[in-house]
Amino acid sequence: MNHLIDILQLSTQEIDELVEKAKDIIANPEAYAHKCDGKILATLFFEPSTRTRLSFESAMLSLGGKTLGFSSASSSSAAKGESVADTVRTVSCYADIIAMRHPKEGAPLVASMRSEVPVINAGDGGHNHPTQTLTDLLTINREKGRFNDLTVGFCGDLKFGRTVHSLISALSRYTGIKFVLVSPEELKLPSYVKNEVIKKNNIPYEQTTDLESVMPELDILYMTRVQRERFFNEEDYLRLKDSYILTPEKLKNAKQDLCIMHPLPRVNEISVAVDDDPRACYFKQVRNGRYIRMALIMKMLGIE
Amino acid sequence: MIIDAISNGIVIDHITAGKAMYLYKVLELDKLDCSVALLKNVVSNKLGRKDIIKIDRILDLDWDVIGYVDPGITVNFIKDGKQVEKRQLKLPTRIKNVIHCKNPRCITSVEQELPQVFTLTDPATRTYRCLYCEAKAENA
Repeated sequence: MNHLIDILQLSTQEIDELVEKAKDIIANPEAYAHKCDGKILATLFFEPSTRTRLSFESAMLSLGGKTLGFSSASSSSAAKGESVADTVRTVSCYADIIAMRHPKEGAPLVASMRSEVPVINAGDGGHNHPTQTLTDLLTINREKGRFNDLTVGFCGDLKFGRTVHSLISALSRYTGIKFVLVSPEELKLPSYVKNEVIKKNNIPYEQTTDLESVMPELDILYMTRVQRERFFNEEDYLRLKDSYILTPEKLKNAKQDLCIMHPLPRVNEISVAVDDDPRACYFKQVRNGRYIRMALIMKMLGIE
Repeated sequence: MIIDAISNGIVIDHITAGKAMYLYKVLELDKLDCSVALLKNVVSNKLGRKDIIKIDRILDLDWDVIGYVDPGITVNFIKDGKQVEKRQLKLPTRIKNVIHCKNPRCITSVEQELPQVFTLTDPATRTYRCLYCEAKAENA
């Protein structure tokens, strides 16, 4: 059984194939409109989401399939105390493929151990979010035409930002990559990501608290939101939430072909005034998310 | 101090001093009805001080647990007063229900019937991570 729990389950070759497939879908959407006729995607979202859930549903509908599911734990039997394993065993009787988001880390892995159909991790707490990483990779590929020889800046919450950890892991497999890690002290990249991913792969990196000083060297700037839901202490959240706000002024020294990314939702970490800058790619990312999920659903269902 | 030699049983030797009681608990040796001797701070040429556990019966123990607690341990099997096997332990690649994940965001924090599984991710630093959330385990 194929499942996607962690981005590193996919080889770079498989990622390349998915990216190429997504690009072909973008170029020829009508050729894919009936690829999943008669198939059902279940979206099991135990935690609120706008983009990821709708993106999965849009992807399946665009392939001619159908969707069912729930969008919060309170509207499922989890509210009655049902385990993830039991929920997924049940749902795998109704659907051909499952996309699951859960606030607890490892829940999609538990689901994959019990499911009779492929399970895609659509985000588990601060842990993994492989389809966001695929979305990011498609965006990088479309904007830059490559995965090699890039200086990639990550800014904001690098501690709890699962999209950051996954993208760093994925990019660490390419050559000529340099990471620039910009965060407040309290939200620095966890040492295990630094030691077991960046250092292990001998990837050059720098850590700083000053975004503007490193701006000129970046090919990609990946902004993140300080996530209220990851804090146990509201005071800490309030103190850190406005650490970095990207404005047109801060972009003055940036490269002309900088690619500004953000997994969204944003709160205020990217000023709305930046939206009109041609270097802003975060809404293109949203669009790419739909296409790469179409490619992924087909792959996991074994559809050419 | 002298403890009688055993004629049929197991000697768990070269336990890092101070870890024998922990091992005694996780192996649930208190549930055995045979003689069990726990020796602490025994003088050792190799380790300076070491702990030893002697069990007066040959039985199957959870070798993975012993290897996890202290991979330097040797286990001697005694039959009719003679050593018939000497087993060197190594770090197990996976341990189940020995340690618990302390990450409050882990699925095991709410679904407590799930087995607590940790996998060895870096033998050099003896790093084990939770199978589910990948949180690092504290060394035993």
